[in-house]
Amino acid sequence: MLETTVIIVAVMLCIALVLNLWRLIIGPHVVDRILALDTMYINSIALILIYGIYNKTPLYFEAALLIAMLGFVSSVAFGKYLLRGDIIE
Amino acid sequence: MSFIMELVISALLILGGIFVLVGSIGLLRLQDLYVRLHAPTKATTLGLGGVLIGSMLYVFASQGTISINELLITLFLVITAPVTAHILAKVAMHHRVKLLERTKNQALIERARMQQAPNASAEDIKD
Amino acid sequence: MSTLSSRLFPMPFHSALLLVVWLMLNNTLSLGHIILGCVLGFLIPLLCEPLRVKQATIKKPLKAVSYVFVVLKDIIVANIEVALLVVGPMHKIQPGFIAVPLDLTGTLPITVLASTVTMTPGTVSADISTDQKWLYIHVLNMPKDEQEVIDLIKQRYEARVKEIFGC
Repeated sequence: MLETTVIIVAVMLCIALVLNLWRLIIGPHVVDRILALDTMYINSIALILIYGIYNKTPLYFEAALLIAMLGFVSSVAFGKYLLRGDIIE
Repeated sequence: MSFIMELVISALLILGGIFVLVGSIGLLRLQDLYVRLHAPTKATTLGLGGVLIGSMLYVFASQGTISINELLITLFLVITAPVTAHILAKVAMHHRVKLLERTKNQALIERARMQQAPNASAEDIKD
Repeated sequence: MSTLSSRLFPMPFHSALLLVVWLMLNNTLSLGHIILGCVLGFLIPLLCEPLRVKQATIKKPLKAVSYVFVVLKDIIVANIEVALLVVGPMHKIQPGFIAVPLDLTGTLPITVLASTVTMTPGTVSADISTDQKWLYIHVLNMPKDEQEVIDLIKQRYEARVKEIFGC
């Protein structure tokens, strides 16, 4: 049963990623694009965890943690740049 | 692994998947940037929390060890998601992003943009 | 004696937190990692002490724990509400801005309140005035009476945060 569930959830996450990508492409303003990128980061964390369950290994958590950190730092850096025109003040 | 455990893990994973999907649908469907901010910050974070708890239970059921790493990821996301949302809202105000016609109290944006009290006089507002 | 121990451990709470997070990160309770975590918990606060900004401290830890549970419950309720709004008809959504007057002082309590507001029902904190007396909030679905939202935030969250930090 779990195998089927994992595949269904993976398909859901892939659809979500495609929707985010659509927003990333059409997004009228650059802030929309940053928001879409940030959501894509979070969705890919979920996808990596699902892949870990599918392969029956807990090895992917470090990757998920790293993506979480990089996603947050890059979104904040983009925001800071748009706010001030500079990242480090 | 017992059937009940599999059922619980499956339910958590499916719930998480649904919330992540709803967050992305919201990101695409909602009409202006400020409204769009609501969907990913809330729905996606909860969805990911569901997936993470499901995966934690899975590791516990299949290998007998409790894996705390996922809890750390959840905690990290719950702390950082509001910060990202706050910064993006600030950026949107700074760039005067277009918003829906029917938004109430649009006058407050100019006050918030200059970081002043809402009852500040009109002379203080100009750049 | 107390000056010596406060010089060696300038931030005891942070030292304990570093040890716990190190053990969580490595997902182990082996002796080697506990020793390494203790060394890190000892050295990092020593190095970071000059960078420290004085913050308000938690006065009532039990209240803080109950606050976390209240917020967790609200996050789940908020998500179901937002999910229903998102898949429903778009023209029913009536967004708006409000300004909430703050009674809190200090950056840490205000940050906690703003983060809570962002995570809970249909509100995102957008900005704060420079005198730290007004919090600007974007509301996803504004009821007829704006005062309702302001009262909810002030009574449900701000009062609790105020109690926890005792300010």
